Amino acid sequence: MGKGKGKSGPLARRPDNSAFKQQRLPAWSPMLTANTVLPFFYFMALICMLLGVWLLLTVQSTQEVKMDYTEAGTCDKCFEKRKNASNAAQTCSCTVGFNIKKALKGDVFFYYGLQNFHQNLRRYMDSRDDAQMVGKKRNLKNPSSYCKPFNMDQKGLPIAPCGAVANSIFNDSFTLHYLGSGGPVQVPLLRKGITWYTDKNVKYRNPTTENMTLVQVFNGTARPLYWQKPVYELDLLDSTNNGFINDDLIVWMREAAFPNFKKLYGVLYRANKPFTNGLPAGNYSIDISYNFPVQYFQGRKEVVLTTLTWFGGQNHFLPVAYLVTSCLILLIAVVLTVAWYKFGKNRKSMDE
Amino acid sequence: MTWRSPLALVRDALRGQRAREKDLRNLASNLPYEGLDKAKQPNRYFLGNGIKTTKYTLLLFIPMNLFEQFHRLANIYFVGLAILNFVPVVNAFQPEVALIPICVIMCLAALKDGWEDFRRYQSDNKINNTLCFIYSRKEKQFMERRWKDVRVGDFVKVVYNEIVPADLLLLHTSDPNGVCHIDTSNLDGETNLKQRRAMSGLCVSDPEFEPESFNSVVVCEKPNNNLNHFKCYVEKPDKEKVGAGIQSLLLRGCTVKNTDHAVGFVVYAGHETKSMLNNNGPRYKRSKLERKLNINVIFCVILLLTMCLVGSVGHFLWLQKLPSVPPYLVPNSNGHLDSPSLSGFYMFFTMIILLQILIPISLYVSIELVKIGQIFFITNDIDLYNEETDSRVQCKTLNITEDLGQIEYIFSDKTGTLTENKMVFRRCSIMGTEYPHKENAIRLAVLEPESGEEVIFNQRPRPPHTGWSLHAEDTNSEDTGYDHDNQRKSKVTGNAQSNVAFSSPLETEVIPDRKLLQQISRPDRSDSGSRKTDPYLDFFLGLAICNTVVVSTATAQRQRESVFSSSGQTNNPLDSLSNLVKKSASTRHIFTSWKYKPKRSRTVSEDSVVEEDHFNTPVKIEGSGVTDGLQTCSLQASSQCDDPAATSDNLSYEAESPDEAALVYAAKAYGFILLARTPDSVTVRLPSGEDLVFEVLDTLTFDFNRKRMSILVRHPITKECVLYTKGADYAIMELLSTPYAEHLSGKQKNIAADTQHHLDCYAKEGLRTLCFTKKIVTDKVYESWTVNRQRALAAMDNREELVMDTAVQLETDLSLLGATGIEDRLQESVPETVVALREAGIQVWVLTGDKPETAVNIGYACRLLEEEDLVINMSCKNKLACTSILDCTLEEVRRYSEDPRNVDTRQDIALVIDGHTLTMALSSDLQDRFVDLAKRCRTVLCCRVTPLQKSRVVKVVREKLKVMTLAVGDGANDVNMIQAADIGIGISGQEGMQAVMASDFAISRFKHLKKLLLVHGHWCYTRLANMIIYFFYKNVAYVNLLFWYQFFCGFSANTMIDYWLMIFFNLFFTSVPPIMFGIMDKDVSAEMLLGVPELYRTGQGAGEYTFFTFWVSILDAFYQSLVCFFIPYLVYQDSDIDVFTFGTPLNTISLFTILLHLSIEIKAWTVVHWVVMLASVALYFIVTLAYSAMCVTCNPPSNPYWILQSQMADPMFYLLCTITTVVALLPRYTFHVLRNSIAPSPLVQARRLDRLDVSTRDEWMKEWRSFRGIGQVKRSRLSNPPSPTLGTPADIHPQSPTASDIMGDDLTLNVISENFQRPVHK
Repeated sequence: MGKGKGKSGPLARRPDNSAFKQQRLPAWSPMLTANTVLPFFYFMALICMLLGVWLLLTVQSTQEVKMDYTEAGTCDKCFEKRKNASNAAQTCSCTVGFNIKKALKGDVFFYYGLQNFHQNLRRYMDSRDDAQMVGKKRNLKNPSSYCKPFNMDQKGLPIAPCGAVANSIFNDSFTLHYLGSGGPVQVPLLRKGITWYTDKNVKYRNPTTENMTLVQVFNGTARPLYWQKPVYELDLLDSTNNGFINDDLIVWMREAAFPNFKKLYGVLYRANKPFTNGLPAGNYSIDISYNFPVQYFQGRKEVVLTTLTWFGGQNHFLPVAYLVTSCLILLIAVVLTVAWYKFGKNRKSMDE
Repeated sequence: MTWRSPLALVRDALRGQRAREKDLRNLASNLPYEGLDKAKQPNRYFLGNGIKTTKYTLLLFIPMNLFEQFHRLANIYFVGLAILNFVPVVNAFQPEVALIPICVIMCLAALKDGWEDFRRYQSDNKINNTLCFIYSRKEKQFMERRWKDVRVGDFVKVVYNEIVPADLLLLHTSDPNGVCHIDTSNLDGETNLKQRRAMSGLCVSDPEFEPESFNSVVVCEKPNNNLNHFKCYVEKPDKEKVGAGIQSLLLRGCTVKNTDHAVGFVVYAGHETKSMLNNNGPRYKRSKLERKLNINVIFCVILLLTMCLVGSVGHFLWLQKLPSVPPYLVPNSNGHLDSPSLSGFYMFFTMIILLQILIPISLYVSIELVKIGQIFFITNDIDLYNEETDSRVQCKTLNITEDLGQIEYIFSDKTGTLTENKMVFRRCSIMGTEYPHKENAIRLAVLEPESGEEVIFNQRPRPPHTGWSLHAEDTNSEDTGYDHDNQRKSKVTGNAQSNVAFSSPLETEVIPDRKLLQQISRPDRSDSGSRKTDPYLDFFLGLAICNTVVVSTATAQRQRESVFSSSGQTNNPLDSLSNLVKKSASTRHIFTSWKYKPKRSRTVSEDSVVEEDHFNTPVKIEGSGVTDGLQTCSLQASSQCDDPAATSDNLSYEAESPDEAALVYAAKAYGFILLARTPDSVTVRLPSGEDLVFEVLDTLTFDFNRKRMSILVRHPITKECVLYTKGADYAIMELLSTPYAEHLSGKQKNIAADTQHHLDCYAKEGLRTLCFTKKIVTDKVYESWTVNRQRALAAMDNREELVMDTAVQLETDLSLLGATGIEDRLQESVPETVVALREAGIQVWVLTGDKPETAVNIGYACRLLEEEDLVINMSCKNKLACTSILDCTLEEVRRYSEDPRNVDTRQDIALVIDGHTLTMALSSDLQDRFVDLAKRCRTVLCCRVTPLQKSRVVKVVREKLKVMTLAVGDGANDVNMIQAADIGIGISGQEGMQAVMASDFAISRFKHLKKLLLVHGHWCYTRLANMIIYFFYKNVAYVNLLFWYQFFCGFSANTMIDYWLMIFFNLFFTSVPPIMFGIMDKDVSAEMLLGVPELYRTGQGAGEYTFFTFWVSILDAFYQSLVCFFIPYLVYQDSDIDVFTFGTPLNTISLFTILLHLSIEIKAWTVVHWVVMLASVALYFIVTLAYSAMCVTCNPPSNPYWILQSQMADPMFYLLCTITTVVALLPRYTFHVLRNSIAPSPLVQARRLDRLDVSTRDEWMKEWRSFRGIGQVKRSRLSNPPSPTLGTPADIHPQSPTASDIMGDDLTLNVISENFQRPVHK
């Protein structure tokens, strides 16, 4: 005992009479009985109720338009076409019309949705090389083994971006038209700024070399197997949206948590009429460049137009959950009140 | 070093091996071979004296430590999984990262081991380099060498106060008698000096000892670890064999005392020494909780396999359902896709890796940490600290703390455990006459209340003067006859004040009985003619001689602090005078109180006084009390003046057993002073002042089989060989021959019968009895016997038996001198402790070697037995009788307990059984019936049992009833029992440390058992049980999150939480709170647990840790994980959430749920709790935020960059965390509240009482105890001042067997004598 050496004398080994060592630290010991927790229960019920009502009201003000275009409109022929893998290189366009009954007020977000597409499979998720996407030269020419077998093409050239995630990128594109009274107007969509700020600026970088164009940088790499064009041609018009920092690529690379998911495609640009207040009610049509095959996994494709609240998209579950919980707590509180009335009273008299 | 062929080396090694394995070893002196190379040394095969207790060497540390750690199943499992992770087809995580947890755990363990080993290395080094003296032939003298240079066959000199470096056969000492004293406290903790004697006649060069002249061969047995046993003989060149035993062996580690120097021959060195062989590390036992825990771990394994199977089959089905190959199905690195069935098969293993935390590996580490913490608190408890001996409670076995909370049966030794084992001479019977020593009894009664009462005494008016004067006359008239003796007596009191180890004034002081003093100082005895044959003289000589007490002088004695020192060492006459007044006053106080409450007084029992009236002339009772006051006064006064006999002042006696010391002090009080003892002689001073030197011919030491010891001396005057024997009455009575006093007056014809009667009375009073006998051995008999004896002593094989046989041969035809009654006082608070333990639902059994009467009496005294109890006595001679008794008693007891009328009258049954009957009852065919009977008894007293029987009883009860047992004892005879029980507790008392060394916990007082069990046991158990349950819950709740996710990711063993964060979650964020919970949680306060022992029952049997609680918590974990997963899932359904963004709130939610769940379970929040809980939450956020801020691509392929930050900026995160946590914890919280409100458990009620203020609480506690059926009677008695009534003979008579019951009849059964007549004290 190191402690014992310090002391000497007859009571050298006497333990310290401190509150800690004698386990006499002042302690707060809550009693979980009906009478002590009842106020807490009622309080919780009230809070949940209020939150629930507030959330519900907020959600009511949002609007969402969903449209499955897998086989809708003229897309059925494209759907059939994509069933055959040999037609992958051929383009196919189609148009789908739809109607918005009530105007979508405020910022409108344009999503594409996929059903039954498992971006969350372990192998699939792992099949990417973040180091390559962050612009590391070494990884550009020598992709991580996680990308296998999508790291090299048949000629042995490194694939950029490598891996199954990038390879399977969603490659439909959409043009939305408002069929208003003054003829069809293309709905302006902001196709940039749809990613997380950190993704765009930190996680994804093009490999940089002084005085070299993107093409030169990516020289010696192959495009992913399913891609029609190489990564440096994703957006030829805008160099800040090309290569690895292409917004669509970045959005796709953020793997969805569930097999049914949607991903942001664009945000309504509200500078010009008639879209300054959002999307007006009326008929719309979407021109789709139909490339992405879904029949291999019995998938569906859809377009979602929605407005958001301060706590996210249109989500009825959360307010309902709050309301139900509130009722549940209230019910328990009532039961406890009864219990307290029946049993607690007895104890009171016993105490006296 | 000369070169030797490898073959020779191998041969040599083999030969060495054989030499070490042989039963007998021949050792020769090294001296003739000094300087020769190793191959020529005669003792080269035996180990050197260097020791190495380290487990590892520097080079081999890593492999050996790894090997050591892989002995643990848990580690193997962990490593197995890590290896599995390296297999590409099944890996779930990045293999390198998966190694981290196991590496962390194993590194921590290795660091701990390494540090411990380094400490051992340092201490080894220190010991090995200690200096000692070895004889060198070249130098012709003893040279200073290091301990590690000592070899077998060397001659080593040890000087005063030095530690013996190896096991030495003592050849020479500075003492002319060849005696050497050693202190073995390093070895066994016994503080008394032990005598060792040199083997004589081995060196021709006597008296000057010359090692070079030693030319004999020492033949000794193979090394063993028995400290009290050694067999060896020395073969001289002329083939004469001289035997030697433990009495000639100096053990390594002992200290030489009282002797200038000693020279010994090294027989065992280094690791072969007895002390090293005894040096085992802490023992590991497996606790009951841990055994149960392992079963639950197996359940977890089954659960894990089920879940993996679900995953595997799910993956297979999911693959089957796919119409073709979707783009998200990634082929393996070869570009091929495995078939669904193969993938499913692989998935099974991947799932095991994924869900591995379900098997709580960290639980084992956590439990170890928790137990260390619990032990820290136990050893630091100031209530378990004994100031007298400056000792704390010691935890020898580190991992059974929680078993303390589950004890159902306690097996207790009596002597030294329930009692002080501080023997006080109380009464004696000589030649059939009883001498009650009332004054002594009163003195003890005065001394007993040491504190507190003094204040009261001071306030009392001085005793009336009349009493004093009256008395003074009285005593004066009597005193004249033995003035001389009185002076000596005064010396006794004076001497008592020097504080010698192991003797307080209480034990050393004896006030002689007046009548007996008169008897021995009768004028007609002073003529030397009758002196030789006077039985009184013989009796006291026997008292003084027949023992192994070592006389040490004041210079050599070791001082020991004691409570009495403060008052004892004052030399101020005024002080002692005032003390006197107090004493006499208190005497009176006790006396008066005694008049009103005859049965209250513990030490002076009315009945005993009445009884002695049968044998003796009645003594005025009222007078005697005050007499003592005066006598003490006169004694004290005379002690102030100079005493001529200064030599006897400095004597102090060191005895191996306290009985012996008590008897020697008693003899001293009567003037028979043991002055000196050497192996060959004993010097006794007679009351007349003359010193007699007896030549000791032989000592037949005590053993448990004979239950007696003898000493054979030659009387200096008559030159007769006299054998004095003392021993237990039943061991002596059957050896008696015709009454010793034939030639004396005829009235003492029936001494044996009278003495037996007295003995029985003593026993009923709870005194320990010893009989003293004498036998005159004729020279012829002695001659022939001594030849046998020598032969037996020199024998190598079964020497003990032979030696014992020779002892039995001589111990026949003894003539009885008398008997003594020694009181072994109950330890303080024993009755309270026993009552508390009983209320706690623990059955207390007493296993003692004493007589049934003594045991029953102690039983009443310490409230094992109550007056209204049924006491069943079982004592029978043969098995048939035993069977029928058992059957019939069992029937009776069954009928009794099933009788509806007896439901509310809480009549308890006690069983008293003696050793002989016990042997039969424990035989395999009667065992079940006995156990069945014992189960129905509240207490069982087993009397006259051997150590082996003790352990047998424990084993039978433990195995048959499947209960948790605890054995508590203090002596070597309890070691078996202590080892047989689930928990062995050693009491570090007067009888050395053997029990303590064998025990799991060592305490210094029996009363400490109360707090140790009721408070620490309860706490440790509930803490650990709750902690373990919580741990299972935590793992299941967390892992199930991953499992539920599998239903959404095609059973691909994907995780939505970054693997690093998962590791951190288990290693840092949620590991400390449960450990703290396991160490510090306090469900009920210590005061409450002590006040209401019934609360202890919650831990007994199944306790809180049952399958039910386990499964409830597992189900709760399932529910909580479902909530924690599906509420976020439903919220994020169909959104653009990504995998890790989904996982982060999940991780946060489960952190909150898991910690808040613990918060519901925590019963008392101290500062530590708050700090740990808040720190855990803070740590989670800080670490996760830092990790996700810094890790851009550090952990491919997962990528948690900036996720928590973005989540925390989203109000949804908080809304989600709140609702999920509330819903997850609502059921448990509600359940707790409802249970506490509607049907509160005793523990909850106790907690509620804890919140009240102290006075109300105490009132409630009383109310509770009475309400819970402890019984109004008992409660009312408790409220009285503690009065451990020594049951008086009249009281026990109806239940206890009389002597004829035990001895005479073949079959005795006092069938359930209900003792309603016994008056209940008011």
